[in-house]
Amino acid sequence: MVPTFYYVLLSALLFCVGVTGVLIRRNALVVLMSVELMLNSANLALVAFAHARQDVTGQLLVFFVIVVAAAEVAVGLALLVTIFRTKQTTNIDDINVLKG
Amino acid sequence: MELIVFAVTAVIAIIGAVAMVASKNAVHSALFLLLNFGAIAVLYLLLRAPFLFATQLIIYAGAIIVLFLFVVMLLGAERHEDNRDRLAWQRPVALVMAGLLLAEVAYVVVALPAQAPVTTDEGFGAPEVIAEQLFTTFLLPFQVTAFIILAAIVGVVVLHMQEKRQV
Repeated sequence: MVPTFYYVLLSALLFCVGVTGVLIRRNALVVLMSVELMLNSANLALVAFAHARQDVTGQLLVFFVIVVAAAEVAVGLALLVTIFRTKQTTNIDDINVLKG
Repeated sequence: MELIVFAVTAVIAIIGAVAMVASKNAVHSALFLLLNFGAIAVLYLLLRAPFLFATQLIIYAGAIIVLFLFVVMLLGAERHEDNRDRLAWQRPVALVMAGLLLAEVAYVVVALPAQAPVTTDEGFGAPEVIAEQLFTTFLLPFQVTAFIILAAIVGVVVLHMQEKRQV
């Protein structure tokens, strides 16, 4: 039996890797992937706590998070494609004006 | 036995995550992210969440990774990133901040009071139980997700239409 503690520690570790990715990478696509990684680590913690408390509600919350993440990725990538068509870059340092 | 599976899967998940952040090529990043998602799906199975295991594989490892790979290859963005940062101090400071965050979170987790070992009920996390909850207690949120997906579809279509008008 694996203690819940290990899962939460792993989740924290993955979250920090995701934060590092958002902070140090300049490619907008990789930044979006790092956000996905953070969402996943939060999901892992939720499922671990649902298991610890023997309450299925945590798993349902993860289900809704997955739905929102899928919608977020679709819109985010569409935005990135639009930005790339006008500015020819995915470097987030070059995307610094609100005007299209 | 379960502990061994957990340890191996956790190491794979961490390797996938770190390699995703570290690799220069965005296609490699997406594939390492796929490795990480697969490992997390196995952890869901260990946590008695077979429904989420399937959902994770279909939505994340299937749909989202394919979307990422498609956009990376469509834009040809895999080698656009130059290594020189515009703000030279940004990267070391970011690493220090991430280290601090890790230390803080690890402290909170370690400081948690010791918990009783988990005893798993026979039917816990079965898809039937989840479906029953989803269509009774969480019926309204479940219907709201339909609107979220609709909003995403409309958003994507609108973004593409504006693009057409400009050309």
